[in-house]
Amino acid sequence: MTDEAHRPSIADIFLVFFRIGLLSFGGGLSGWVFREVVLLRGWLDEDEFMSGLAMGQMLPGANITNLAVYIGQKLRGALGAAAAFMGLLSGPFFAVIALAGVYVLLRRYAYFAPAMDGVAASAIGLMFIVAGRGVRRAARHPTALAALIATFVGVGLLHLSLPLVAAGVGTLSVIAAWRRSAGDER
Amino acid sequence: MKDDIPLALIAVFVPFSLVSIGGGTSVIAGIQHEAVDVRHWLTAREFIDLFAISRAAPGPGSMLSTLIGWHLWGWPGALIATLALFLPSSLICYGVALIWRRHRGKRWHTALEQGLAPVGIGLVLAGALSVLRIGSNGPLSFIIAFGSAGLLSWRPRLHPLLLFLIGGTIFIVYHALSAAQPGS
Repeated sequence: MTDEAHRPSIADIFLVFFRIGLLSFGGGLSGWVFREVVLLRGWLDEDEFMSGLAMGQMLPGANITNLAVYIGQKLRGALGAAAAFMGLLSGPFFAVIALAGVYVLLRRYAYFAPAMDGVAASAIGLMFIVAGRGVRRAARHPTALAALIATFVGVGLLHLSLPLVAAGVGTLSVIAAWRRSAGDER
Repeated sequence: MKDDIPLALIAVFVPFSLVSIGGGTSVIAGIQHEAVDVRHWLTAREFIDLFAISRAAPGPGSMLSTLIGWHLWGWPGALIATLALFLPSSLICYGVALIWRRHRGKRWHTALEQGLAPVGIGLVLAGALSVLRIGSNGPLSFIIAFGSAGLLSWRPRLHPLLLFLIGGTIFIVYHALSAAQPGS
């Protein structure tokens, strides 16, 4: 592999996901991953990230561990996937148990809950950055934009079953992309 | 009794790992039913506390399973419950990712990639909306979320923890002000 020098090491992968796991308060983890892996380090391009994100959401399991496994696998195979998986979960593992120890004390403090709500709301801002990029990419093709909107309306507003919407809209969207690519073939 | 705990944790969490399509939050109600009503591992009140803790802590929301394992059997329980919930789905994902990368560059691969990407983004937006709805602060949550997104696109290298600090502070101030208002 000629790009060997640019590939992150197993330790790099572990450390980046360890940091993401430990700092990702209030959800919005995919936003953190996008920032650390695509924006700051360029380990993946946007297309690879977006399709990994979609795959992670359609397969069973927490979206974020799936995304970590997908990225780790892409960068360094099985060891990379294991490093990303353990890096992502080991920090929160100890953090959540430590928090359980002091939770009774924190709960008495009236401002704890609103502070957490505020943190969660700003974490959503991170997700909006990813979504903004995705919307801009989708806007290049009317069918892609339609698929994006249909998914959001179906799951977010109408509360239809997520697997059903993802499978239905996903199939139509993939067929549209297939047809689109017919013109590109040499 | 203790001998049964590892097996019981595996029996409860592995199936949830395999059906949790759409992310960890989709199986929380199921875990609650199994842990509280069926197995009586904890009371409904304790479950709600653990749920709140897992939301306040960093990491995926489904770290709730870690806390249930911890509650039942300390460190080994926490480890077994975490692996039982996260490992099976991750192995599936690994297998799919492996096949996925082997076929890179083929036409159907590109079509899948480009067709699924907008669906993924739609799901991210739907997920963001549902998190914003959980908080009881309505419009303020939306303002903070859009505000922090705006700040981040203006200054991409701004550290997110700084945004979290600002968001948390604004919520505390808002909470303090509305509590001070008479009649509310």
